[in-house]
Amino acid sequence: MAEILIKNGFVIDPTRNINGDVTDIAIKDGQIVESVGSKAKVIDANGKVVMAGGVDIHSHVAGPKVNVGRLMRPEDKLFKSPHNQKNYRMESGFSIPSTFKTGYDYARMGYAFVMEAAMPPLHSPHVHEEIHDTPIIDQAALPVFGNSWFVLEYLKNEEIDNCAAYIAWLLKVTKGFGIKVVNPGGSSAWAWGLNCLTLSDPVPYFDITPGEIIKGLMKTNEYLGLPHSMHIHQNDLGNPGNYEITLESLRLAEGVATKNNFGRDTVMHSTHIQFHSYGGDSWGTFESKAREVMDYVNKQKNISIDLGCVTLDETTTMTADGPFEHHITNLNHLKWANTDVELETAAGVVPYVYDKDIKVNGIQWAIGLEMGLYAADPMRTFITTDHPNAGPFTRYPRIIKWLMSKQAREETLASFKHTDKVIDATNIHSMDRELSLFEIAQMTRAGPAKALGLASMFGGLGVGMDANVGIFDLNVKDMPADPEAIEKAFARACWFIKSGEIIVKDGDIVSHGNKRTIWVKPNVAENPQVIRDIQDKFLKDYTVGSDTYEVRDYLAPNPYVIEFDVEA
Amino acid sequence: MAQITLKPTKVPELYLECYNITPDAFAGKSLRQIAELDAHEGKTKVTLGDYFEISGQSGNTAQETTINIDGDCSRIKYIGNKMTAGSITINGNADMYVGGWMKGGKIHVMGNVDSFCGIAMEGGEIVVEGDAQNHVGCAYRGDWRGMRGGTIRIKGSAGNDIGTFMLGGTIIIEKDAFIHVSTHAEGGTVIIKGNVQGRVGGQMVKGDIYVLGSVQYMLPGFKKVGSVEQKIDGTEASFTHYIGDLGERHPKSKGKEVYANLYVQEA
Repeated sequence: MAEILIKNGFVIDPTRNINGDVTDIAIKDGQIVESVGSKAKVIDANGKVVMAGGVDIHSHVAGPKVNVGRLMRPEDKLFKSPHNQKNYRMESGFSIPSTFKTGYDYARMGYAFVMEAAMPPLHSPHVHEEIHDTPIIDQAALPVFGNSWFVLEYLKNEEIDNCAAYIAWLLKVTKGFGIKVVNPGGSSAWAWGLNCLTLSDPVPYFDITPGEIIKGLMKTNEYLGLPHSMHIHQNDLGNPGNYEITLESLRLAEGVATKNNFGRDTVMHSTHIQFHSYGGDSWGTFESKAREVMDYVNKQKNISIDLGCVTLDETTTMTADGPFEHHITNLNHLKWANTDVELETAAGVVPYVYDKDIKVNGIQWAIGLEMGLYAADPMRTFITTDHPNAGPFTRYPRIIKWLMSKQAREETLASFKHTDKVIDATNIHSMDRELSLFEIAQMTRAGPAKALGLASMFGGLGVGMDANVGIFDLNVKDMPADPEAIEKAFARACWFIKSGEIIVKDGDIVSHGNKRTIWVKPNVAENPQVIRDIQDKFLKDYTVGSDTYEVRDYLAPNPYVIEFDVEA
Repeated sequence: MAQITLKPTKVPELYLECYNITPDAFAGKSLRQIAELDAHEGKTKVTLGDYFEISGQSGNTAQETTINIDGDCSRIKYIGNKMTAGSITINGNADMYVGGWMKGGKIHVMGNVDSFCGIAMEGGEIVVEGDAQNHVGCAYRGDWRGMRGGTIRIKGSAGNDIGTFMLGGTIIIEKDAFIHVSTHAEGGTVIIKGNVQGRVGGQMVKGDIYVLGSVQYMLPGFKKVGSVEQKIDGTEASFTHYIGDLGERHPKSKGKEVYANLYVQEA
């Protein structure tokens, strides 16, 4: 593979504590190396910022609910799908872009890795087919476990070893990456038309509580020593006053120790925390509790979060939190899709318009940004929009602008219809903090890579790491006075190199790259009880057989498998 | 008022998408610049000059620009797409999407139009001397935000799905209509001066429908509440008043539920 030398750029690499120093980056055979020969292609990054490829820890970009969103929202493509293009494939859609647009847009923003945040195990073949159809970016997918009949039964009986053996089996057959938990117990309760809105609400039939599920899955995660921590979408998402249950859930991580060989320090990743940091007892008294939640996150070192920032766009909500989607469709009266995934999970899809002239939407916008601005440790606080739930991922550059510029925040705040009411219900107006490029690199690159246990490959520019490099039109010595220039720079990288190959040049896609599917294969000792339970459930309860359940190798033709033995 | 005349010179092999035939796109442009405007035939990009002989002069603004199409547009879509002002006269038939997403100005079609005439229209006026196919003044597929304003008058008859998800404005069909009128509507007025077969007002939340002929099959979700005398589009008559769709949600105004109204002329 060709050699590349990136010269004269301002390198920002938190993994090596490099903050804007002018150094060269050498690339050979898809990796960062010490030096390259004189025939290497030279890219002059003079006056520009050089960062590692971005790492998105939570985004819904592949699988059945994304596709249901595409099918039920043809209007999402209207006037947003250009006619044929010269060098690459047709792109379409906005909040639920086509697979090709997904790959291209992430690449244009300089992102190298994206985690599909919720894979229903039964539908994992579909997830992998779409991942395969998404060019350029490396991807992995988190199967959902928080409402699995197996998991609920094992954890009810405190059988962590059996739960671990089941999860190890499932990660292998679905080519999954780690343990995702969505509304633990609540999505299972939805099959009875119920929900679990507190940590002690019993799950119907299984007689286990969300608190027990969360604790059990954290223990199972560390028993297996997976690269990523347990990744949770908490109970009672999106409701006024939910910050108390959020804090209660976060406290479950106290005293849980990490055990892994992937450099991860955390045991819980609490995702789209913006949706879980609400005060008040109705939409009328709705207010920000960002400070209360972030005060706890800042001092509790073994948890990480991502923001889930509201971007004030028309978007499509989709989640395995089935009861929540039913709640939304009753609020906005828009079309609703709902499904039950046999023994595993549920899901729903509803369009949603975040309107800057609606007070609650303005407050939600403020809360997401406040959480980023209150963060004491940007290595545990990551930028996301819970794409597409709070807004499309293509708005990350706008969120970066808001986090880096008080002026930009004030301008947006002033454009609201209810500016004063939003100021009264939040703290954003009084917050002067402006994040640095170094902190942004921690929140979008080094931090998420470490929390995912992928710090040896992604998130930095050290020798031996994957050669994922973004070059952005920002001069650290002369940062633009106009915050719009920050958004523009991060929206279209000057250059993006992925796995050592030039993908973007002057903001345009020039190659489809070599994407990979990353999955985790923990080898556990054979567990006859679990093998029998699996056979039993496939005979009695599933509509498919165990032989048709597995994701065949041809569906993930470019695998990168993280295989290791679990010490009992 | 300055006028541009377009004379079709050849029939496109595929359907031609002429989203740039609008007073907005033509205003302030020379004949040569107008001839260079994009159009699409299938996936192939072409120019207006490839299919039309262009003469006359454009105005400085859309408001001051009149477009006269001298010939048949049966294979031409998107005439007047998103236009905000000025006027277009089509001396013949037109294909789909005449006046789609239109915000202002006037379109006059001397012949018939195909489907999606006035789709998601926000303002202005469309008059069709002949018949319309389906989806007059409907919403884009999937969208819950249909026609918001303006007037569509079809002097002939129309097909199915008239005013789907309508929020405002007026649609007048002077002869008969087929099925599905104002489905899911939350506002606006549809007047059908002839007969309609059925499925009138299905899942309708708010808005008005007048039928001056007969409704062959009434939906069970509509309830007769009385009789009213009214003058509608120049016709004075007594109507039977129905409210509905009783199977759909209805907003409250001043403590009372608001229903959609269906008025059918008494025989």
